[in-house]
Amino acid sequence: MAAHGTAERQGMTNSMLGFILFLASEVMFFGGLFAAYFIARADAPAWPPPLTPEQIAEGVHLELEVLLPAISTGILVLSSVTMQYAVWQIQKGNQGGMLWGLFISLALGIVFLAAQLYDYTQLHFRADDTIYGTTFYTLTGFHGAHVAGGALFIAVVTVRALGGQFTAENHEAVEASSMYWHFVDVVWIALFTVLYIIK
Amino acid sequence: MATVAVPQLSGYHRPAVLDWIMTVDHKRLGILYLYFTLFFFAVGGILALLVRTQLAVADNSFVGNDAYNQIFTMHASAMLFLFIIPVWAGFGNYLVPLQIGAADMAFPRINALSFWMLPPAGILMFAGFIVDGGAADGGWTAYSPLAQQTGVGMDMWIIAVIVLGMSSTIGAANFLVTMFRMRAPGMTMFRMPIFCWTMLVTALLQLLATPVLAAALVMLFIDRNYGGQFFDPNGGGNVVLWQNVFWFYSHPAVYIMILPGMGIVSEILPVFSRKPLFGYKAFVFATIGIGGLGFSVWAHHMFTTGSVLLPFFGFMTFMIGVPTGVKIFNWLGTLWGGSISFPTPMLFAIGFVSMFLIGGINGTYSAAVPVDFALHDTYFVVAHIHYVLFGGSVFAVFGGLYYWFPKIWGRQLNERLGKLHFVLMFVGFNVAFFPMHMLGLDGMPRRIAVYADSAGWEALNMLSTGGAFLIAVSMIPFLIAVVMAFMRPKDQPDDPWEANTLEWATTSPPPDYNFDSLPPVRSERPLFDARHSGEEQGH
Repeated sequence: MAAHGTAERQGMTNSMLGFILFLASEVMFFGGLFAAYFIARADAPAWPPPLTPEQIAEGVHLELEVLLPAISTGILVLSSVTMQYAVWQIQKGNQGGMLWGLFISLALGIVFLAAQLYDYTQLHFRADDTIYGTTFYTLTGFHGAHVAGGALFIAVVTVRALGGQFTAENHEAVEASSMYWHFVDVVWIALFTVLYIIK
Repeated sequence: MATVAVPQLSGYHRPAVLDWIMTVDHKRLGILYLYFTLFFFAVGGILALLVRTQLAVADNSFVGNDAYNQIFTMHASAMLFLFIIPVWAGFGNYLVPLQIGAADMAFPRINALSFWMLPPAGILMFAGFIVDGGAADGGWTAYSPLAQQTGVGMDMWIIAVIVLGMSSTIGAANFLVTMFRMRAPGMTMFRMPIFCWTMLVTALLQLLATPVLAAALVMLFIDRNYGGQFFDPNGGGNVVLWQNVFWFYSHPAVYIMILPGMGIVSEILPVFSRKPLFGYKAFVFATIGIGGLGFSVWAHHMFTTGSVLLPFFGFMTFMIGVPTGVKIFNWLGTLWGGSISFPTPMLFAIGFVSMFLIGGINGTYSAAVPVDFALHDTYFVVAHIHYVLFGGSVFAVFGGLYYWFPKIWGRQLNERLGKLHFVLMFVGFNVAFFPMHMLGLDGMPRRIAVYADSAGWEALNMLSTGGAFLIAVSMIPFLIAVVMAFMRPKDQPDDPWEANTLEWATTSPPPDYNFDSLPPVRSERPLFDARHSGEEQGH
């Protein structure tokens, strides 16, 4: 009798391949939002777009401070490094090192979210003023939601790690959460570049 | 052989209903998908009859303008999002693991999740009919600014479509992993049945295009509910942005809706022509080509907006006719010189090839930019989409149902009733949709509820309405055949059609674990090889 369907195949596991495909769909989701942003920017007579006199009288102004988000960017990039550190440690079988990596990544992720929320309170425009605000809050909001999701993922992985569930051979969830975290990191770098740097 | 007493297990047995609700078996989930989608085919069909009744005579007041807008919007939404797209997931769920010789999908529980996202979404979408302002009424394309101005039913529609999109996205990842990694020994990629290949390309399109639709719908939701300006020129937005992002999904989506149908036809034609599929690899590459080109033609829905690069999108749209034409040759080459028989599945498959050919030709015809300028938003486009999606996809759905009914339910559908069903549906379909070409060329715009008597469109509309009711009548023999089949015991052998692919190498219906043993897989027709290897040894 021929064995069916369950034959061992080389390379990554089914779950890992499934996860990568899921990330591909996430890339396309952000691709759609980015496309909207680029089209809005290409259409605008100037960027930031001009405001109506009423909006100016209400105190709306379309400016972004770069300093705090730049620090946040550094924090998120650093957390990607610590997350990769966690993966490398567990690949060597070092559970303690992995835990440190996970804790620090989680903490940095939460700091990033807190900084972004604080940054929101400092802005003098809203989502319903102009396309500028709409795209800004939609892009950063959906990115923030993904950071929160990623932090939750890392938290779950951390709890499992505390229970000693991962070994040098078996640590798929750590790798998946790290991949997800790198993904939100890369999306943020793209966002930071187009929203804050390119004038 | 010594007999061994098998200990009888006694104890708690789950009620059958719970068994179905909690199942993670790909076959049961496939059947659930089929029941769910055929239910919404009926619902969408009833809405279509309401549309046709309203349009049967000039100056009609059968349903009001507002109700009409809701009815045609929900007709298309049900047919596309709740019938055609998930019905392929139903066939795919049942067949892909069997055809590649696997015991189940790669992720059975995620598979169950994909299915169980559908019923809440369907209920949410249709609950629009009971809220203030009614169901979504901006057309299934939900163009801005119209989609900004309609009631809360539109928001329910948006959420429902996002949920349906999530279901098909995770389902797509599941199909891809299953086909990439769960194939039986010997089952190389180029020995996979064509239906699997079409599901694979469909899954890739779903995985990469559906999230863009989700992004578009999220933007529309933000515009409607939180004062967003994405599609509002007053705040610097762009109404055509919606069309770009929407069609970036929805054009690949038409291939999502047709490719698995092509796969089903490519399973049926070789079996009843007693020949292998002509040009297997050409067919595979044509499928991949359609998938790739499918991402570069979305703006042919937007020629008249004046904001797309006409020569590029016109040219690419002609280009996509090439791999489609290759497939027509594959099918004709398969029939050529074959020992052809005409049981019901074969009739539907040939119906598919001939009707889809018309749908392809009138589609390519509209790809010429000047022609499109004249035909845009007329009934010609309605004729085109129905020749592709009804003449194509729906014929393939019924072909697939008649073909795999013995496998899935262990019983045969009555041949005479099946042939009656086919003839009525084929005639009804052409009577319903062919006149729409003429109406479109005569300038009748789509989506209007009322036309004046002086327009001179009444005779053709009345004819079309008659055809629509004939299609509805054609469902009666089908339903009788189903009821008759279920009144009989399961008597079907493993392989009633003398078919080629692995799903026929197990009992009808298959056991939970699918296969006791698999024949060796040395070509894309392992069962043909198994049937004839014995004869060769005898020589």
